Amino acid sequence: MTPQIAMFLVLAAVAVAGAVSLILQRHPIHSALSLITVMVALAGLYLLQGAEFVAAVQIIVYGGAIMVLFVFVIMLLNAGEEERTNMSRMARYVGVPLGVVFMIEIAYWIGSATLHLNAPASGVVSTRDLSNLLFREYVFPFELTSFLILIALLGALVLARREESE
Amino acid sequence: MVPTSYFLVLSAVLFGLGVIAFVFKRNILTIFMSIELMLNAVNLAFVSFSRALGQLQGQVFVFFVIVVAAAEAAVGLAIVILIHRNRGTLNVERVDTLKD
Repeated sequence: MTPQIAMFLVLAAVAVAGAVSLILQRHPIHSALSLITVMVALAGLYLLQGAEFVAAVQIIVYGGAIMVLFVFVIMLLNAGEEERTNMSRMARYVGVPLGVVFMIEIAYWIGSATLHLNAPASGVVSTRDLSNLLFREYVFPFELTSFLILIALLGALVLARREESE
Repeated sequence: MVPTSYFLVLSAVLFGLGVIAFVFKRNILTIFMSIELMLNAVNLAFVSFSRALGQLQGQVFVFFVIVVAAAEAAVGLAIVILIHRNRGTLNVERVDTLKD
């Protein structure tokens, strides 16, 4: 077992454990912290694949910005523990196994369909090549995303604004 | 190096866990988080294919996915705040006005 595969197994175990913990935790803040664990583990997996810039963006934007927004909203709304609804018998004995079967099924088929892709040579993607591609070939979609952000900002402002009572 | 299929299997498992969380959770914030988990799983698949095929387009696409996820989180959390203000609950089973 090469060190890379050992590293992959550790990070994958952390990611899957975080995702399972997201499901099992009752309190939203615990779920949010589990999700941050998953994102940091995924950043490590990106590094393992030589995508260092994506790894940095993952930690800064996902772990830093988006999850802080989530935690902020959880604290703002003082979201308490999830109410325990008594899951119907149907959901417990049919839904849970079906969900697990679905997960195993797609993992199995994707795994067996891509076995022929052999491991490429290791190499770090240079950020220069990436930015050349992003700012030359894909500059129009890039500009469109700035419009998207602007519109999302306006939408969030309009939605969260308190109605003025007259 | 690690074979690409390992990463893809992990990505599929994370996506499946995201779907399970989406269906089983009752809190609207946690449902939102499971959507983020699914987006992350897809990002992992993009980066893996990008490396396997030796092309950078996959990583560029990951940036766009992250940008759209950020915009989605901003609008979605505003909607969550609005629901909490109007209905006083975050439980999706209590937000059932359209049923009546």
